[in-house]
Amino acid sequence: MNQTDPAPKQSNRRPWNDPRVRSIAFQVIAIAAVLWGGWSLFQNTLANMESRGISTGFGFLDQTAGFGIIMSLIPYDSTMTYGRTFVVGLLNTLLVSGLGIIAATILGFIVGVARLSHNWLVSRLALVFVETLRNIPLLLQIFFWYFAVLQNLPSPRQSLGLGELIELNNRGLYFPAPVTEPGFGWVIGAFVVAIVAAYGIHRWAKKRQLKTGQLFPAFRVGLGIVIALPLVVYALAGAPLGWDLPHLQGFNFTGGMTIIPELAALWFALSIYTASFIAEIVRAGILSVSRGQTEAANALGLHSGLTLRLVVIPQAMRVIIPPLTSQYLNLMKNSSLATAVGYPDLVSVFMGTTLNQTGQAVEVVAITMGVYLTISLVISALMNLYNRAVALQER
Amino acid sequence: MKKRTLLSAGALALIGTLAAGSAMAASTLETVKARGHLQCGVTTGLPGFSQPDDKGHWTGIDVDTCRAVAAAVFGDSKKVEFTPLTAKERFTALQSGEIDVLSRNTTWTLTRDASLGLNFAGVNYYDGQGFLVSKKLGVDDASQLDGATICVQAGTTTELNLADYFRAKGMKFNPLVFDSSEQTVTGFANGRCDVLTSDRSQLAALRSKLADPGSAKILPNVISKEPLGPVVRQGDDPWFSIVKWSLFTQVNAEELGITMDNADKMKKADNPNVQRLLGTDGDLGEKLGLSADFGYNIVTQVGNYGEMYNRNVGPDTPLGLDRGINALWTEGGIMYAPPLR
Repeated sequence: MNQTDPAPKQSNRRPWNDPRVRSIAFQVIAIAAVLWGGWSLFQNTLANMESRGISTGFGFLDQTAGFGIIMSLIPYDSTMTYGRTFVVGLLNTLLVSGLGIIAATILGFIVGVARLSHNWLVSRLALVFVETLRNIPLLLQIFFWYFAVLQNLPSPRQSLGLGELIELNNRGLYFPAPVTEPGFGWVIGAFVVAIVAAYGIHRWAKKRQLKTGQLFPAFRVGLGIVIALPLVVYALAGAPLGWDLPHLQGFNFTGGMTIIPELAALWFALSIYTASFIAEIVRAGILSVSRGQTEAANALGLHSGLTLRLVVIPQAMRVIIPPLTSQYLNLMKNSSLATAVGYPDLVSVFMGTTLNQTGQAVEVVAITMGVYLTISLVISALMNLYNRAVALQER
Repeated sequence: MKKRTLLSAGALALIGTLAAGSAMAASTLETVKARGHLQCGVTTGLPGFSQPDDKGHWTGIDVDTCRAVAAAVFGDSKKVEFTPLTAKERFTALQSGEIDVLSRNTTWTLTRDASLGLNFAGVNYYDGQGFLVSKKLGVDDASQLDGATICVQAGTTTELNLADYFRAKGMKFNPLVFDSSEQTVTGFANGRCDVLTSDRSQLAALRSKLADPGSAKILPNVISKEPLGPVVRQGDDPWFSIVKWSLFTQVNAEELGITMDNADKMKKADNPNVQRLLGTDGDLGEKLGLSADFGYNIVTQVGNYGEMYNRNVGPDTPLGLDRGINALWTEGGIMYAPPLR
């Protein structure tokens, strides 16, 4: 080869000497090897389970389950299928995770801010909260709430009652359930109208402020409308809402709505444990905003509430969101400790009873792992979307 | 708990893969002999059936059933190690080869026999499901339990029978499902549930764990048939036979009147049935792949079925269970073993 013409040199190069071709070839080989490995794992498992007389496949999801579940968000009884038990368990997992995420976020932000308070007592209390609760294993905290607190409540026959409305005993917290009557649609309609109106006022107030600089208490007025309008319509429509009160019948209270102690114990423990981590994340986020920002805002004449809301928190959120996401993921996965106190979550119902009654461990475990993976990815994706919205916009 | 289920499921998948080319690996008997001890799956603690004492020494009918197998295989009933399992974990542990025999209060049903890849090797206790209630409730019959909250152990036939019973009676109930029987007792003792349901023998055992056993009573109703017995994996018939005939040997020994104490004397008896059982005549041990004196070892080291029963759950134990239907067929019960010949 001579160096006068580079083009033929390129074409004359053997393909296995071309780094680009080589790298692609190796990647294809690697992917093929992984796929083949996965496929043969799958095939061999199936073949061997069959030769040992173990049932395989997903047909069991259509079979009758035949066992009861103490708590279900959708209608369920023992004549329904194993597939239905999966949905019941999944919804119960989502319920406790959702409740836990909301409570942990609120509590975590309060404690995180309290930790930075100038009030010595408040900040020390927050410190003790964080250092105690994040250093005690979660399972112990669940046991504490379940066995030490909730199981020591009185029995249903000695129930602690608030009038005839709310009953608290070791079977749960019972409270009235609303029963809608004809005409309640108007109230819901009024509620929607009120929200739209409040949003309109908010937009109008912002526009006026930009134009004239005058402030308008849009939030308070909006809140007033959202509360007052449905109430007025409710009264005009002749109070179309009944209440189903809990009452003692036989062994237990029936009627109304119930929070069973298993759910409460799990919810409290998950929220408080995760809140202690979130508090530290919030504190770190706020401290990451340089003091100069606050001082500059003060120099512009913003009072401290506005400084926090308009200057500090938006900047702190950029630091807070990514670690907050992993706390949410942790909370969701930790909810599988439900099985320790008998809360019927996905692991307890589906990977517990259903797995055992059908004996199809591989399928059930695979489905369960797939579900946790999917929920985690969804939470992660939502938080990433939110993170993109609050992230520093580079221009 | 769930970690073990996961592990076992993983192990199951892995074994499935590894065993691919090599057809069937060594037989269970060879594996057990090479290991030097039998690995036996038992409960996490159920008085009378399988319960460790403060020194870690296991006792109970299910434990003795495994000891009899060890005595048959090794001539030494002490060569057993026990794996405590919850109801949820038990079948996966056996399927994946973590244990050789499952002897854990396990009810023989068609589904388990046919779809789990398992074989039931006989019945060491005929049981039925019942209810334990607090005397304070003033309930005398299960038909009065409408609306009750009921503690039950996860992954048991009990869970299914319970739902069936209440459905058939058109009654409502709230099932509170726990992983282990200890947790169900705690729930019952704390008043979280009105009723504890389980096999009646277990109820007697669990009742003895209460702070005041006299405060609770077992209702007369028996709502199911629960034949309990040892379980092995499908696909290894010689091993299946060994476990089966270890138990049959104990039952036959009782029928022939051979006990731990008189076995040596009985060796000289004229009865050919006794001689075959004790290995002084015939080659029954050889047919099972065991030594000729396997029956002698079982009876002298573990005892016959009646001795095993009385020692663990009989009238003189804290459980105080009468033989009932577990008496020999010659004495009005249904405990019956095929002949040793």
